[in-house]
Amino acid sequence: MNIETLIATFLTLCIFSFLYKDNPFYKFAEHLLVGISVGYVLVMAVNTTLMPKLVNPVFKQGELGYIIPGILGIFMLLRFFPRYTWLSRISIALIIGAGAGVAIPATIQARLFSQMQASMKDFASIDGIIIFLGIASTLAYFFFSKEHKGWFGATAKMGTWFLMIFFGATFGYTVMSRISLLIGRMQFLLGDFLHIIK
Amino acid sequence: MTSPFNFLAYEQPFFCEIMRIHDLKFLFFLLLFLVFLFTFSPAYPQNPVHLKAVDTPNDKGESITLALEGLSEDPAISEYEIWRATDMDENFQLVAKVSSKETTYIDTGVKDGIRYSYLLKYRKGADVLVSPITGPVISRGQWFHTQRVNVLLGVIISFIFILGFVRYAKKAKKLYIRPISGLQAIDDAIGRATEMGKPILYSAGLGKMDRVATMASMNILSSVAEKTAEYNTPLIFPNYDPVVMTTAQEVVKEACSRAGHPEAYHPDNIFFVTQSQFGYAAAVDGIMTRQLPATNMFLGTFEAEALILAETGNSIGAFQIAGTDSTIQLAFFIVACDYTLIGEELFVASGYLSQDKQVLGSIKGQDWLKVVIVFLILLGGVAGILGFNKIIEFFNVG
Repeated sequence: MNIETLIATFLTLCIFSFLYKDNPFYKFAEHLLVGISVGYVLVMAVNTTLMPKLVNPVFKQGELGYIIPGILGIFMLLRFFPRYTWLSRISIALIIGAGAGVAIPATIQARLFSQMQASMKDFASIDGIIIFLGIASTLAYFFFSKEHKGWFGATAKMGTWFLMIFFGATFGYTVMSRISLLIGRMQFLLGDFLHIIK
Repeated sequence: MTSPFNFLAYEQPFFCEIMRIHDLKFLFFLLLFLVFLFTFSPAYPQNPVHLKAVDTPNDKGESITLALEGLSEDPAISEYEIWRATDMDENFQLVAKVSSKETTYIDTGVKDGIRYSYLLKYRKGADVLVSPITGPVISRGQWFHTQRVNVLLGVIISFIFILGFVRYAKKAKKLYIRPISGLQAIDDAIGRATEMGKPILYSAGLGKMDRVATMASMNILSSVAEKTAEYNTPLIFPNYDPVVMTTAQEVVKEACSRAGHPEAYHPDNIFFVTQSQFGYAAAVDGIMTRQLPATNMFLGTFEAEALILAETGNSIGAFQIAGTDSTIQLAFFIVACDYTLIGEELFVASGYLSQDKQVLGSIKGQDWLKVVIVFLILLGGVAGILGFNKIIEFFNVG
């Protein structure tokens, strides 16, 4: 048995020990995971973002336009100096503004128009009518300007039924995938470590 | 009379000789000879395959689309080589090899503003054939995607609705928004933590600041932080993303000031953990079991760690309110939390909690947009059945 398998087994059991209660083994594995992942992410940020998207374009290719996002990045680091903390708000505002600006047309395109079109195309079938009823009633549930009473309340109630069917289906589907993850770990412990199964 | 064919024996150039001939017979025989020549001459190797190069339309640049035209189905040709040259360096370089079944190739190894020429090489038996040179063509980015005019129209209509209702909301005395149980429970959750003398744990999940759910979460955090500052209840916020952490610190600081308790702001309580999904889950689980918060709020973007967090919170007996637009994770929150904000309820929450007329107006605008959407689906569906597909085609997205 190699050393990697022993370490992986030990750490797996440390994490599983949390099922009993919080304990020093879990704390060790938790802190190790957090520490290693932060170090890994830091190296990745340097190698995949800082160097190719700032240092190399500015210092090797002479593309000075990249200095502007570089300065905005430095503004974020100025939070360590209380006198200049306010500068980080400029970077934050840009991130939020650009994020919202990019998200709006992308959402209209990918989530709204394509789904509306698909619903229209299927309209002639029984499936299409069920889908339309699902859309209309679910949107009625998410209509916040009117109280859920009378016919509108009944429509919204139908929407909750559609939602619950969806949640039930996704719950079952996702639990199955989680069970398969557990099976993978068990196969590792019983196979690679204990050699009980092959 | 001199034979018309004697000109071949003359030393004078051919054209000079022709000019001297006036005999119509000679012209007739010459014509006959040319017809014979073109009819029975051996077939010279033809090269019908050629490239058509254009700047890739509706893109951000650095791309040229090549169409391979006139391809033969000759099984002897298995692949074509695409060669490229620039004005600055006229030596053609091999760019790619494409199979004989491909009809297009997108060259993404080009730079904007440079003139490129292309040619095609391929083997047919022992022969290497070369197509005519195509170009020059210049790659450029386009500012406007011509196939997304409909999206622009959608954005404009959405803006008109929302801005119109925001304007209306500012003038209106009161706006009705139906009660959402998960939001009404926030006051109870804060009160519970205050009475028990325990902290509140807040998490925005794995979302970064460009996610709409994270922005909504920050708005809710503002209302929650204002109340916790008022009651002097500790608020713990472990973060997955450093930018979210910075934003959350700013939001909480401002909320504490607004509540009249700037001393309630503790930047150390809003901290970065890690950008590893399960590292974050393990750390938040550890914080929960050690600090035993009275209330957990999971509001934002969540993935597979949703159930791990919610189950741990449930095991320590914390009162839990969750909300996300991650549809698959909603099911887990519903089973493991006391209250769950489903999808858009999360976005409505900030307006509901703050009663800010601007936000309430935008919620009204979104509501009526939903009515328009249902009407359009109905209209497009019925029109499609009747054979009028223009409405369906309008929603094509390139």
